[in-house]
Amino acid sequence: MIELPRPDPAVLARRAPILAALAAIVPDSPRGAGVIGDPVRLRAYETDGLSAYRQPPLAVVLPETTAQVAALLRYCHREGIRIIPRGAGTSLSGGALPLEDGIVIGLMRMNRILEVDYADRLAVVQAGVTNLAITQAVAGEGFFYAPDPSSQLACMIGGNVMMNSGGAHCLKYGVTANNLLGVTFVTIEGEVLQLGGGHLDAAGYDWLGLVTGSEGQLGIVTEVTVRILRAAEGARAMLAAYPSNEVAGQVVDAIIASGIIPVALEFMDRPAIHACEAFAQAGYPLDAEALLIIEVEGNAEEQDILLDKLKDICGRFAPISLRVAETAEQSLAIWKGRKGAFGAVGRISPDYLCMDGTIPTGELPRVLRRMQEMSDAYGLKVANIFHAGDGNLHPLIMFDANDPESFRKAEAFGADILKLCVEVGGCLTGEHGVGVEKRDLMPVQFTAEELARQRAIKSAFDPQWLLNPAKVFPLAGNPVLERVA
Amino acid sequence: MSAALNAPLNAPGAEAPASEAELAGAVRDAFAARESLAVQGLGGRAASLRPVRAARPLSTRALTGITLYRPQELVLSARAGTTLPEIEAALAGHRQMIAAEPPDLAALFGVATPPTLGGLVAAGLSGPRRIGVGGALRDQVLGVRAVTGDGEVIRSGGRVHKNVTGLDLCKLLSGSHGTLAVLSEITLKLVPRPEASLTLALPVADVAAGVAALSAGLGSPYGVSGAALLPAGGEGFSGPTALLRLEDFFQFLGRRGDALRGVLAPWGEAARLEGADSLWCAVAEARPLAAAPEEAVWRLSLRPGRAAAAVAALRAAFPAKLLLDWGGGLVWVAGPASIAVHGAVMAAARAAGGTFTLFRAPDSLRMAVPVLPPEPAPLAAIGARVKAALDPAGLLNPGRMG
Ligand SMILES: Cc1cc2nc3c(=O)[nH]c(=O)nc-3n(C[C@H](O)[C@H](O)[C@H](O)COP(=O)(O)OP(=O)(O)OC[C@H]3O[C@@H](n4cnc5c(N)ncnc54)[C@H](O)[C@@H]3O)c2cc1C
Repeated sequence: MIELPRPDPAVLARRAPILAALAAIVPDSPRGAGVIGDPVRLRAYETDGLSAYRQPPLAVVLPETTAQVAALLRYCHREGIRIIPRGAGTSLSGGALPLEDGIVIGLMRMNRILEVDYADRLAVVQAGVTNLAITQAVAGEGFFYAPDPSSQLACMIGGNVMMNSGGAHCLKYGVTANNLLGVTFVTIEGEVLQLGGGHLDAAGYDWLGLVTGSEGQLGIVTEVTVRILRAAEGARAMLAAYPSNEVAGQVVDAIIASGIIPVALEFMDRPAIHACEAFAQAGYPLDAEALLIIEVEGNAEEQDILLDKLKDICGRFAPISLRVAETAEQSLAIWKGRKGAFGAVGRISPDYLCMDGTIPTGELPRVLRRMQEMSDAYGLKVANIFHAGDGNLHPLIMFDANDPESFRKAEAFGADILKLCVEVGGCLTGEHGVGVEKRDLMPVQFTAEELARQRAIKSAFDPQWLLNPAKVFPLAGNPVLERVA
Repeated sequence: MSAALNAPLNAPGAEAPASEAELAGAVRDAFAARESLAVQGLGGRAASLRPVRAARPLSTRALTGITLYRPQELVLSARAGTTLPEIEAALAGHRQMIAAEPPDLAALFGVATPPTLGGLVAAGLSGPRRIGVGGALRDQVLGVRAVTGDGEVIRSGGRVHKNVTGLDLCKLLSGSHGTLAVLSEITLKLVPRPEASLTLALPVADVAAGVAALSAGLGSPYGVSGAALLPAGGEGFSGPTALLRLEDFFQFLGRRGDALRGVLAPWGEAARLEGADSLWCAVAEARPLAAAPEEAVWRLSLRPGRAAAAVAALRAAFPAKLLLDWGGGLVWVAGPASIAVHGAVMAAARAAGGTFTLFRAPDSLRMAVPVLPPEPAPLAAIGARVKAALDPAGLLNPGRMG
């Protein structure tokens, strides 16, 4: 279990005046109440995508303008009130988990698209615009916003920026950081700063780069300028299945060595194949140990050429099954199982932890072998979905939430997997962020000195540690928070 | 403090530790003595930004060598003093490259030394492929090892392609010009070298038309990986010429080239150029700018749609020499190295909502003017605290960025 800091009794005691002050800054509007204090309504904000942890906040406030966000931060800074910024609350690492004495600043009402410029290939949107809404707004002109987390229907661009989110297509198109031009950033003192803008290279320090992926530790983002790209002429997928993880790993290496960078290169292990097949009937071969989904882009002729080359490569490794989509529908069928993976695992086991380590791709067979041993030792099943091209693993650990011992084991199993990722040269998190979930594992990856420097940079932005405290950095060594007694 | 302005790096006595531990030791010693350091690689680009006033130089030139190269994982690590040609030679053997196309600006700086990896990353320099998504050099930096201003070794990132663990100091240190920490080793993400390339050259009437044509090309689905606008007379073209590069498998380029010519048709007829690699090399190195040795050189980063107005403002103020890259988003400017001209460049960048860098100039100008746009006070205050977090005594490259 992850400790949360002891709430400040003085803040809890001031709840009523704090709510009144917040309401003065964000009054009710045609879109609803500006401040939520009712315990029943607060329940909607007590957790995020890491639903094993729940804590209702002191209050939720839903600003509609950057000026309101700035006023809120000025007020909280003056009064010493902790803040949990929140987008859609889909964080899988507990990044948006509230604190009892903290207020949630929810950005969801800031959901307007402010500008689209096709010639300059950018869009300026408010932080609460969903990831998919950006693509939907520009798709008519043949453009899209590239990073596509599986949560893209719900998650918001502000949350994406703060988590530096990736997606299934980041092998070719990169993660959020690679697709950003600028943000409007509000400091804890309530100063509104423009970091970056419509141009590519900042002069001076790369503040935009530092803020991206900072998990709400440095300030609040209210507007985001993203690059939009012209969509490829078309895309098509293929599937290749192998009798061992080792062989599938070699295929991944061979593909990369061939000079082809597919837009997607996904890997599923046996438990994931079975779960997805049972759920989606995508026609996955059930006798396979490992399955690759590979997608290429181009016009029809180019797709043929690339898929032929890939078929050649995959064919050299004695696949159990090799299926190239001939049509867009067949592509969808190949993707169907993978896209439903979370739901599929959810059907086998309603409760699962979605882990997110990264490993050097060459380590895959060894890591999967060790993971199977751990699975046996813990007595918990694990299914693996893997962005194979970039080494980002998503082990789904299945447990029973009604059994505290099962949850404790699942957490320990997850921690062991992440330690293994670091041990083989990888890292704790590839795209879901540290949040509370991996906070206490940070010393596995970083030295005390390294953590101290990161903390000092956090302090440079937020000297009192009011912004999303108790996340990312272990509580021990935290300059402000006390540990729970 | 004895100020050795731009102390010549290869001068006898210039300290050049041969290991990271020695480097950390040297910085710790300097920290103990509160002696400032002019941090350099081979020192070839010292004439950029503001001259450093430091007690002594410290060079990474002896920290060399590729420490890890896994072609099948598209990663390479090298010590900071490793030169770009050495890295490129290793990559060529596996038909791979650094996507950012980092330029060798030796000619621009009038030196013979190649860039070091540490110097390139510290300067955050990207070439024409910057226009592609993830094309900035900092986007390729997967991991760094560095020595802080008080002599501690820290790491950020790692050797894997996807990593969001902790604050991203790779980004912060990229482009920090050695003012926050001394980079000792860098891990880069690589990409396969495309099998073939094709360049289209389109004569255009003026900057506005040129940028519009480049935007149309970049907004097409054909994968434009270079989009520059050469001035009249640049690289042998008589009038202003838009250049667009396609790179992919050889078999794809014929059709795509035709399709792209169709996209460009409203602006005129584009010619196909074969073997244009040297042309793009010239663009990366800003050779078509034809900056005279005594002239100053600026880089403006702005929205492409604002480039034409910015260029008009520059031309109204002085006889500006120009080269545009990144679809018009990067404007190289050369002109008289005077405070008045610098003022005009600053004003043009501000009016366009973009930024500027005084990229190369005589010391006198670099001492007299802001070499980068001043930051608003609240950001400058944060910046000073971040600097103190990594370089508590302010010893690394004092003055360099402002
Ligand atoms: C089913 C499912 C699938 C997913 N798939 C992927 C995937 O494929 N790839 C991937 O990378 N992630 C994935 N995620 C994780 C999650 O969707 C991302 O991390 C997403 O970016 C979070 O966005 P959000 O709007 O929900 O942010 P939240 O969860 O609300 O917040 C995320 C963090 O950012 C902070 N924050 C939010 N908005 C702001 C702001 N405006 N200013 C400052 N701080 C802010 C919060 O405090 C928190 O720390 C998935 C999650 C789910 C539930």
